[in-house]
Amino acid sequence: MEHATPEAIKRHVKVYISVFVALAFLTVVTVIVSYLKLSLVYAIIVALSIATIKGSLVAAYFMHLISEKKIIFWVLVLTLVFFLALLITPALTGLEIRSYVS
Amino acid sequence: MSSLIRYISRPHPITGVTNAKLGTWCFLASEVMLFGALFSAYILLRTGASSWPRGSELLSVPLATFNTLVLITSSVTMVMAWASLMMKDLSKYKRYMGFTILLALTFLVVKGFEYGHKFEHHHFPSTSTFYAIYFTLTGLHGLHVLGGVIVNTYFLLPGSKLWETEPEQFTGRIECAGLYWHFVDLVWIFLFPVLYLL
Amino acid sequence: MTGEHNLPFWRKYIFSIDHKVIGIQYAITGLLFLLFGFFLMMMMRWQLAYPGQPLPWIGHLFSEKAMLGGVMLPEFYNQLGAMHGTIMVFLGVVPLAVGGFGNYFVPLQIGAPDMAFPKLNMVSYWVYFIGGVIMIVSFFVPQGAAQSGWTSYAPLAVIAPTGQTLWLLGMVCLITSSLLGSINFITTIVQLRADGLSFFRLPFFVWAQFVTSFLLLLAFPPLEAAGVLQLMDRLAGTSFFMPSGLVVSGKVVEVSGGGNPVLWQHLFWFLAHPEVYVLILPAMGIVCEIIACNTRKPIYGYKGMVYSVIFIGFMSFIVWAHHMFLTGMGTKMSAFFQITTMIISIPSVVILTALVLSLWGGSIRFTVPMLFATAFLPMFGIGGLTGLPLGLTASDIHLHDTYYVIGHFHYVVAPGTLLALFAGIYHWFPKVTGRKMSDFLGKIHFWLSFLLMNGVFMPMFIQGLAGVSRRLWDPMQYAHAQPTQPLNVFISICAWLLGLAQIPFILNFFWSLIWGKKTDQNPWQATTLEWSAPSPPPHGNFEHVPVVYRGPYEYSIPGQRNDFWPQAMKEGN
Repeated sequence: MEHATPEAIKRHVKVYISVFVALAFLTVVTVIVSYLKLSLVYAIIVALSIATIKGSLVAAYFMHLISEKKIIFWVLVLTLVFFLALLITPALTGLEIRSYVS
Repeated sequence: MSSLIRYISRPHPITGVTNAKLGTWCFLASEVMLFGALFSAYILLRTGASSWPRGSELLSVPLATFNTLVLITSSVTMVMAWASLMMKDLSKYKRYMGFTILLALTFLVVKGFEYGHKFEHHHFPSTSTFYAIYFTLTGLHGLHVLGGVIVNTYFLLPGSKLWETEPEQFTGRIECAGLYWHFVDLVWIFLFPVLYLL
Repeated sequence: MTGEHNLPFWRKYIFSIDHKVIGIQYAITGLLFLLFGFFLMMMMRWQLAYPGQPLPWIGHLFSEKAMLGGVMLPEFYNQLGAMHGTIMVFLGVVPLAVGGFGNYFVPLQIGAPDMAFPKLNMVSYWVYFIGGVIMIVSFFVPQGAAQSGWTSYAPLAVIAPTGQTLWLLGMVCLITSSLLGSINFITTIVQLRADGLSFFRLPFFVWAQFVTSFLLLLAFPPLEAAGVLQLMDRLAGTSFFMPSGLVVSGKVVEVSGGGNPVLWQHLFWFLAHPEVYVLILPAMGIVCEIIACNTRKPIYGYKGMVYSVIFIGFMSFIVWAHHMFLTGMGTKMSAFFQITTMIISIPSVVILTALVLSLWGGSIRFTVPMLFATAFLPMFGIGGLTGLPLGLTASDIHLHDTYYVIGHFHYVVAPGTLLALFAGIYHWFPKVTGRKMSDFLGKIHFWLSFLLMNGVFMPMFIQGLAGVSRRLWDPMQYAHAQPTQPLNVFISICAWLLGLAQIPFILNFFWSLIWGKKTDQNPWQATTLEWSAPSPPPHGNFEHVPVVYRGPYEYSIPGQRNDFWPQAMKEGN
């Protein structure tokens, strides 16, 4: 990206605009789906899937992760592993205890 | 002197990134863990609760949808500000940066109305665990937005003088400010469904 | 370069952006806090040795709310305990090991002129300083400082007096400081290594700091989040950690409820277990440098040590719940955490074994730093091995929260890390000041500290196995604790003597600063890059930009004239 030509930047700008349209569209979709009163499990699956797609679009294009250098990836992969461990382990311990109680 | 330090404006030949870019990504990695801990708290509390309201029953989905669109738009103007600098157009950069800041302020004002509305109806963080997590998460996110406004305003006004002497370094700084700003957007993209829709 | 000489005093020494000045600031502040934390503990030891008797001389200097007629009140005892832990860990050892040694020697050892972000470096120090001030101020608010243990478990900490709020604010500052520092370290080590200094030519000390930085970067934010949640609980009346129907002093607490006290423990230990490695890894790095230099031979299994330290760093994120076996965790989760805990002991053993084997066949110079470094090995061994029974649920149920735990982790951080940090001070003092410390005073300091530290911590294992709780204000209260009371007297006397044993160090430090023997730039004849810079290094560190030609520990290479071959030397010598 550092030595990008003006033409390349203009192409990037087009990508940014399309990503913006996609983000706005997905926002509307996720709101509409929420009015359908799906059961909680389906609602979670749909809403989080859409959020993940939107998040990936932002990270990949606005934050240039799609063309980023290896070192950044390594930092992020490491972070992601610990992020997931932190996200689910406390809830898993909580759920396991409750499974004994019931 | 600081000029002895290498790779401030030009990327390292092997890693391919500047110091500032690596530093910014490390900072964002720590932010991921910060919000990760809060989301983890949310999951643990919700899975342990005997009942939990759907966010749409208590919060205003239209206002939050509007805010989501505002924040997404501000992300686009931010990346356009950076692209303008890549095309060596400072005045265009300033216009886009100004838009970004205005949109961020719009977000905060709308958020302020939402908070005020809740307080009027005597809904406070102490009301229930749902409101506790709602106010804490959105409050912390709001502080991040405010931080972004301060940084971006600096780069719009006094900070942009660097463009005249070190255009490459200034462009790098705007890219890093952009990374932070997109991250704030990214957090909201997850906060919105988690708090308002589910 | 020239601009630096014209800076006013306050820019050069107080709000400095030079990594060396900042390193010294960290080290001095850290040492003062270590001394302060030690004083808190020496006061507690009086109450433990002679429960209910007035503290001689200084007891009457305190207010009636802390010491009634010179007798320590339980609330004050709890404050001393909580603050001793907090201060030693977050304000003493981490700032000294990472902020002090890391800041000063990482840029030097990688051949960089400074850290990657010098201004950020300054900010980290001052945020740390503010955190320290908040912690000290908390002693003077109504009802005193935090008193819910250094772990601040909820809900006890949520209903505690004002001091706890200040503790949380102080912790937020300290965590932020560590975070900013770690960003700086990672960027510096990745980006600013001298030409030719590949990752596998880095001194082990730099590797240890590198892994430590990742631990700080990724493990500290969850406690920052937890701190915010506890602040909300205390100030905004939320119930993140407050369960429904909690009864305090016979009354149901009026909160919305629905919170989970175990959530705090998860978030706290997600930080605090990696924190243990933050305390020990830099120490291992220092010991490795000193052993290589003083045995005059290459480190045994350098690559294995590097892989081990990376593996430790990774594993330390998934062992945290072994601190929580007694929260009634299910068998599946506790099995998982027992397994990971047993696995993480392997790389620690690999590193320790490599260091011990490095001694084999060396012509060892028993200099003062080397004495401290060799003492580290068995001490860390004891600390590590006594940890295994705590990592297994069957034995942990008996030992949890007893003096055995205190003995275990103090062996790791006091005779372990602290001895290594002293070793580092004696080793690098000539580099920082251009003068050597006195050998005679150093040896007195070493032998007394070494023996007395064992005198303090060894009996704690016996007390712990007898089931004595770690948080007792009056050990005579329980029949099962009474037979171990003579040990308490012994420990306390050793602790006070240990305090006196630091006087030779303090004298040595200031005496050598002014009258110590002057040295050249490489008094120990070591190989790593910091010894190719002048002593003390000027602003910008090196006279010529260094280029690296070989690994860090090229000692006694056959065919070379000298028994050390510096990394920056182009030709043979």
